[in-house]
Amino acid sequence: MNWPLLWAQLFNGLTLGALLVLVAMGLTIIFGVLGVLNFAHGAFYMVGAYAAYAAFTTTKSFLIAIAAGAIVSLLLGVLIERILIRYFYKRPHEDQILVTFGIGIIMVEAVRAHFGGIAQRMPVPKWGEGAANLGFLYYPTYRIEVLGIVAAALIILYVALYRTRIGLVVRAGIEDQLMVSMLGINVTRTFLVVFGLGSMAAGFAGVINSPIVTVDPEMGAPVLVQAFVVIVIGGVGSFWGAMVGGLIAGEILSLTSMVLPAYSNVMLFAAMALVLILRPQGLFGVQGRQ
Amino acid sequence: MLRLRTAGMLGRWLPELAALVSLVLFPFVFPIIGGTFDMMDRILIWGLFGLGFDILFGVTGLLSFGQAAFYGIGGFTTAYLLISGALTNAVVALIAGTILASSFGLIIGVLSLRRAGIYFAMLTLAFGEMFYFLDMSPLSKLTGGENGLSGVPPAAIGFGILVRTPEEMYWLIALLFFMGFVLARRIVNSPFGAILVAIRDNIARVGVLGHDVQKYKLTAFVIAAAYGGLAGGLLGLFQGYMPPDAFYLETSGQLVVQTIMGGAGTLIGPTIGAAVWVYLRSELQQVDAIGGLWKMVLGIVFVLIVALLRKGICGGISVLWRRFTATAPAPLPGLAVDSAVAARARVPATVTRKRSTLTGPIILEAKNVVKRYGGLTAVDDVSFQLAEGEIRALIGPNGAGKTTFFNMLAGTVPVTQGEIHFAGEQITRLGSTAVCQRGLAKSFQINQLFPSLSVRDNIRISALGRRYGKFYPSMLRDLRHDADIRQATDEAIEAVDLSDCSDAPAIELAYGEKRRLEIGLALATKPRVLLLDEPTAGMSPSERAVIVQLLKHIAAGMTIVIVEHDMDVVFGLADRVTVLLCGRKIAEGSPEAIQANAEVRAAYLGSPAGK
Repeated sequence: MNWPLLWAQLFNGLTLGALLVLVAMGLTIIFGVLGVLNFAHGAFYMVGAYAAYAAFTTTKSFLIAIAAGAIVSLLLGVLIERILIRYFYKRPHEDQILVTFGIGIIMVEAVRAHFGGIAQRMPVPKWGEGAANLGFLYYPTYRIEVLGIVAAALIILYVALYRTRIGLVVRAGIEDQLMVSMLGINVTRTFLVVFGLGSMAAGFAGVINSPIVTVDPEMGAPVLVQAFVVIVIGGVGSFWGAMVGGLIAGEILSLTSMVLPAYSNVMLFAAMALVLILRPQGLFGVQGRQ
Repeated sequence: MLRLRTAGMLGRWLPELAALVSLVLFPFVFPIIGGTFDMMDRILIWGLFGLGFDILFGVTGLLSFGQAAFYGIGGFTTAYLLISGALTNAVVALIAGTILASSFGLIIGVLSLRRAGIYFAMLTLAFGEMFYFLDMSPLSKLTGGENGLSGVPPAAIGFGILVRTPEEMYWLIALLFFMGFVLARRIVNSPFGAILVAIRDNIARVGVLGHDVQKYKLTAFVIAAAYGGLAGGLLGLFQGYMPPDAFYLETSGQLVVQTIMGGAGTLIGPTIGAAVWVYLRSELQQVDAIGGLWKMVLGIVFVLIVALLRKGICGGISVLWRRFTATAPAPLPGLAVDSAVAARARVPATVTRKRSTLTGPIILEAKNVVKRYGGLTAVDDVSFQLAEGEIRALIGPNGAGKTTFFNMLAGTVPVTQGEIHFAGEQITRLGSTAVCQRGLAKSFQINQLFPSLSVRDNIRISALGRRYGKFYPSMLRDLRHDADIRQATDEAIEAVDLSDCSDAPAIELAYGEKRRLEIGLALATKPRVLLLDEPTAGMSPSERAVIVQLLKHIAAGMTIVIVEHDMDVVFGLADRVTVLLCGRKIAEGSPEAIQANAEVRAAYLGSPAGK
């Protein structure tokens, strides 16, 4: 057994999983509260990465790049909710899926038109260069920092969801959207905020992941698919479902690529199929929810 | 007479005829605006792919983002068989590809259809991606991975005919497209197709009316996969090369976009959408100012169509056409007249019905039935016996558990404890579909209609379940010529007195009419026991009177359980009354006995005992 390799793959799985958790969290919160399955979520991830790339090439500051990625995806999310998504809440789920799918196409093509279709490289920030000695393993510093950054983001999200007023409204909205609006809470504004924050989660994940992968207009599609798998495994609308589902997905992708590289992605879908057969509502899902 | 008949035949086959003429004229018209055979072949291949997808999405309402899987499976199977020399006849290879694609459609369908709605969209997308990854690495020895499979030989279709050029290919593809179109039209107009449309409109009710929804959905999924497989096979044949991008997510996405742009649910819509896509791409790419932006332009057009023109180009044209041809808006029959008055006019003013002797055999029996929701016990140890031919009223104040009890009888809510027997058989855990098939039907307190279907088509869904059982995959019969169904439908429409508006969509009916249609849906399943949940809910006094008369008519020779708040209705109809309070049965007996029962008066009628 090649222990260092196994450890490295476990850590890779953890990093990848953490990023998937962040993306899936945005998706699941938006779906839970707004009832909209956002097919443009992958595009927000991509836009976040490009915003960061553009900010970095002009300012050379990674921190500004992170801020730019998060803010641009937040503002874009708010804008799109305001001018389009808002008018689809009362329409069938299929229409919501279709319109977000179309928005995703436009976002990808707009970025391609401006930045070109060639993959760009985002350098690792100064504070993330080199490798750290963990005693049993040398591991790239940046990836360890990614774990910390994502964990911090998730803790902030958790606190926001479970310890604040708006979080209470959001969680109540996941349970019963109609009831919340009947209680006289301004749902319109809540929806706007939730869509913006959900998009920001995706964009932020895109920024953080950009030094690890390459930045290109199509980078969002596979992440969207993996986020779907995470949600199916974990159960939609569940914080812990997205959490556990994301980590499981990350480890499956990473560990199988060590043993059976050709099957690493296939295994992910096989795991999803298994969950569907054994527990169709997802590990943390509630039975009866559509 | 003869002329009339020819006109009728022409009308019935008009879409097929129009398709045939268009396919023949296409190669002569399209080149005028710069179209080539290469483009025409692509359009028809996408169109064929879209025929199946439209049956799945446009007709049945299932939005799949994973159709590329079947396109790829069919395409690579056909290409591989021909390149390897295992088969020489292209038609046989196409059939093999179609069969394999359908088989995978069955597997993916079984898995994806475990969840509905948005989950289904996510799952199909994910499984579609799974096949892309399978194609890319584990199976790349067979499929060529990123290189695809080149060297597909010219199509030998038997009789020594070789199809080589795109022009020759056009006629082969057009022939197959035409066959596919005729078949798809037949499917949509068959009894099977009627159920698919109903599933799109109100899936829950289809199941309650005794149809095995899951099997219908799965069959539609397999049909779509088969069309996808055939289209994929043709792509490889026509190009002489099977590209790996058949498996791409973009392929599934392009199919969805084309279908929406052309018009979902029209069958021909996806082909129109494909024509727009293929033509615009070739034209826009040549315009300097646009060039690489053509896909963004299409994306914007797509979003606009989803937002504003949900029926796509075909839907838009048909709306314009109707506006153009319509002289005066024809008044919808049955809407102009006050329906309640009209109905009263035809139903005999009084029906005298002898009270049932209550000596019939027990047809429906609940034994110590309990329903708990967490800590709340909604129905607590209720036992209940119903004699054949009886009308039983189930009353009780709000929250007494009447509807919950009803739903357990009808199988729509699982029983926590206890047993339900119907006609000598235990039906406790059979579920609503099987219960309905055995002859126990329920009308809902809140209307559960098929809003976009006409009254006749609504009722037909019930009649189909009664006549043909829970799954009847007859796809080639024309439902419009089914005399049994027509008769059963007419009877039910007559019974609930909706003959005047039988062609109006349910959504356009007045409330009282909708209520009657709701009862008609249950009635048309020809049940042995009819469960009516507050049939007069929300009605005016005059409308109530109509319903009571209708029910008395219906009641002849039928067993009915009715939940009702209106005591006039209860005491005017029922042979016996059962009273529930807080989930328990507190009294049962003749209407007179119940009216005199002190406990009932205290608990239910709210008046002090012994008033």
